[in-house]
Amino acid sequence: MISLETLILITILSPLLVCLLTPFLSSKPVLRDILGPIGGIISSWGAIQLMISVLNGDQPRLELLQIAEGISISFVVTPLGAVFGLVASVLWIFAAIYSVGYMRGNKEANQTRFYVFYAMAVHAALCIAYAGDLLTLFIFYEVLTFSTYPLVTHKQNELAQKAGRLYMSILVGTSVILLLPAIIWVWVVTGSLEMSQNGVLDGNINPEYAPYLLAMFVFGIGKAALIPIHKWLPAAMVAPTPVSALLHAVAVVKAGVFTMLLILTNVFGIEFLSKTGASNWLVWLASFTLLTTSIIAIYKDDLKARLAYSTISQLSYITLGGALASSLATQGATLHIITHAAGKITLFFVAGAIYVGAKMSKISELNGHGKSMPLIFLAFFIGSLSIIGVPPMGGSWSKFFLMLGAAESGYIMVIAVFCISTILNAYYLMEIPARAFFFKKEKEIKVKIPVLITVPTLITCVLTILLFFFIEPFENLTSIMVNNL
Amino acid sequence: MTDILIKNLPILVVLCPLMMSLIVVLIPNIFLSWLLTLVSTFVAFIFSILLYQEVQIYSSISYALGNWAPPIGIEYVIDKVSIIPIIIITLIGFLTTIFSSKMMPNEINEASISKVYSLWLLAIAGLIGLVTTGDAFNLFVFLEISSLASVALVAMGAQKDKQALVAAYNYLIIGAVGATLYVIGVGLLYGITGTLNMADLSERIIDLKNNKALIAGFGFMIVGIMVKAAIFPMHIWLPKAYAYAPSAVSVLLAATATKASLYILARILFSIFDISDTLITNTLTYVILPLSILAMFAGTIMAIYEKDIKRLLAHSSVAQIGYITLAFAIGTKASIAAGFIHMFNHALIKGALFMAITSISFYIQKRVTLNNLSGLGKTMPITFFCFVICSLSLVGLPLTAGFISKLYLIKASISAEGIWIALLILFSSALSVIYLWKMIEALWLHQPKKKIIIKEKPIIYISLLVITFLNIYFGLDASFIVDSSFEAAEKLVGVSK
Repeated sequence: MISLETLILITILSPLLVCLLTPFLSSKPVLRDILGPIGGIISSWGAIQLMISVLNGDQPRLELLQIAEGISISFVVTPLGAVFGLVASVLWIFAAIYSVGYMRGNKEANQTRFYVFYAMAVHAALCIAYAGDLLTLFIFYEVLTFSTYPLVTHKQNELAQKAGRLYMSILVGTSVILLLPAIIWVWVVTGSLEMSQNGVLDGNINPEYAPYLLAMFVFGIGKAALIPIHKWLPAAMVAPTPVSALLHAVAVVKAGVFTMLLILTNVFGIEFLSKTGASNWLVWLASFTLLTTSIIAIYKDDLKARLAYSTISQLSYITLGGALASSLATQGATLHIITHAAGKITLFFVAGAIYVGAKMSKISELNGHGKSMPLIFLAFFIGSLSIIGVPPMGGSWSKFFLMLGAAESGYIMVIAVFCISTILNAYYLMEIPARAFFFKKEKEIKVKIPVLITVPTLITCVLTILLFFFIEPFENLTSIMVNNL
Repeated sequence: MTDILIKNLPILVVLCPLMMSLIVVLIPNIFLSWLLTLVSTFVAFIFSILLYQEVQIYSSISYALGNWAPPIGIEYVIDKVSIIPIIIITLIGFLTTIFSSKMMPNEINEASISKVYSLWLLAIAGLIGLVTTGDAFNLFVFLEISSLASVALVAMGAQKDKQALVAAYNYLIIGAVGATLYVIGVGLLYGITGTLNMADLSERIIDLKNNKALIAGFGFMIVGIMVKAAIFPMHIWLPKAYAYAPSAVSVLLAATATKASLYILARILFSIFDISDTLITNTLTYVILPLSILAMFAGTIMAIYEKDIKRLLAHSSVAQIGYITLAFAIGTKASIAAGFIHMFNHALIKGALFMAITSISFYIQKRVTLNNLSGLGKTMPITFFCFVICSLSLVGLPLTAGFISKLYLIKASISAEGIWIALLILFSSALSVIYLWKMIEALWLHQPKKKIIIKEKPIIYISLLVITFLNIYFGLDASFIVDSSFEAAEKLVGVSK
């Protein structure tokens, strides 16, 4: 039997190993490209084992390194972390396969560099998932930003450079100016960097200051992309699609909302928040972001840009769920991390498939192409249904819990926000399969989509359906999380 | 034998480079003079390590020069405070001497090299002496030794660029003004207390509260040292001096010179005078704190608009000195410790950055500006790698030494003065990303105008690699520097604060 410490190590180190080995295999593309999926399988196996142990009531813990007195790098698997770790590692398998198909199909340059930083980013995301204290969380939050910079600027042209600059300045700027002092503030008032299931601030901070501290966290976590710090996400869409798919729909943004949820539940504590109302303003900010970006998405003709704004809107669901400070809403927010990840990665996979196969990136160009790429558009349709929250797709569960949570904490308006947003979601997402299947084709295009792209897309699409039927273990995890409160 | 060695360590660490500088000047051979310099700086470094171990056991070592017991004779004191700058100076001195072996012959003609190395050792000896001495007047002597040697070293840059003469002249005049102010201050204190020994001084001034001469003397001393430490707005000599000095000299000065003066500042503020004195608290809150904040922003903004890279780094040093003095100005035990941590880490960071830039200028045989950095990242991977790591360390990215200093600095300011100082510190360090990023982007993303083929030489990059390694090492295992800095702060302000 492998000890839990080793399991954590296996899970977080296998992507790092992939990252370190890849440069040595640059002359053997087949071996190099197979490393990613293998790493993904090993790491997901570890993540599943860890999740099972958490379900059995354990709390795996590992202290890696002591930097100075009171500062160390340590890992703890919380129920929330187990969820995020599982999502990041499992989806990495498919994204790794997909990126091989994409990079080859598109004949991109500097493929080795791409795979190195891709694996590095996954490593950082997993370390965030299992971060045992605030400093470890912050460190890998920054590692994630820096490792994705070469991916965003992969094309190395003027546009990519500009996007890269915006990406770095927002993410690094907010985290350094606001997140770091917020963390140190917590350190000063509580005397340690540890987090706990019930929050650590109750009784340690003057409740009057709590909203300000929360604001520093909220605007410091740029990766959660709340208005007005959301601009980096659409800018980052210049990256190759596998990056947008795994990182900007799953790893990076989910690291953002994961951090947000962790701060709300394990630093502030739901009870403290609902008692003091420190997060009331956040409910409205998140609702505002949620609706505004949904409306912006409608006007975007570029498929990836529309998906980017849709992502921002969906991230706000999760932040909102945390800010509602009720146990049901927190459960819903956690479940939404899973269901949205599976749905959105499918949509991005499709966007990339269309780009590689037919060199199209605008929604208005898609008219009538449903017949030449039926499976791809079917996958998009199913993924969209899940995002909208129609049963029998996974997405319906999380929305259900979020609405229950809003009712529980007495925000009737928020329920209305959810309903309006669902309509908007349907409006801007359904346009794409509708154009593909029902509109008249304008011109004939030869379509050729590599198998390595189609297969992962279909698998993640099936995952969104399976999530509806097999949500139970995750629901158990979230109830462990809130029952401890 | 070893007993005698250990007993005389406090003086040997100064004498070793001082004596060698007299020998080196007589040696006409380039290689031999370099080798002797290298040996003596290495020995000084070993001595400082031995001293560190001694200090761990005895906490404070006092050495009476010529066996004249203090306070009559000159006393050398090595305690938990002074050991930190001693280690910085000897370590950087040794590493830059390795680094200088190829740089010096490139920029200075053969006939002057042994003289340059003699001045080099003299500057190092002066800095070490400055830190070890426990005598306020002896301190002035060493201050002048190191300053005059540094001025002469800066002037040597004239063989490459005549602007160095102007820079050296500015440095000389402003430095002399600073030193004069300091010595006037010492004179006033001597007049009212009748002693020059620092420990003795601090005891005798307790009874002299509100004495006008005491306040005037304090003012003169502080301003004099602030000039030497290049605290804004008395920093004007610094950017030019660093920019036009010969390459290796820039590295040495940037990493060590101001650190010694900052140490003296801390000594005067907290050791001779007392932190609980209203004179000191007023100076800290109304003079040093605002000046530090101004320095942080002025230095950073100047750096953002600067095209010449050596000058850019010099402006950035002004800002970084601002962080250190800010830490002193907050005036709690934790913040003073943070100041010492940053003093140490900044020496590592700025030393490495100057090394990287000056080695680039060595390879391309031009002054390094933002424009001619284009595409060099790929032709010089090792230098580029080190440059990136140390830039990240300067910004304070996690897992680098710079992060540790920022962390403690911010923690100290949050627990002492409230959040706003912390936000200012972070805002200015976020601004510093702009100029560093401009350089990295030029090195990495811009295409070179014409292809340059460069083969990096191990003798040049070895010290750069060592310092870069230290930047990462002290980011992962900071307990050495954190513990010694807290001990130093405790020694300065006492346990209670």
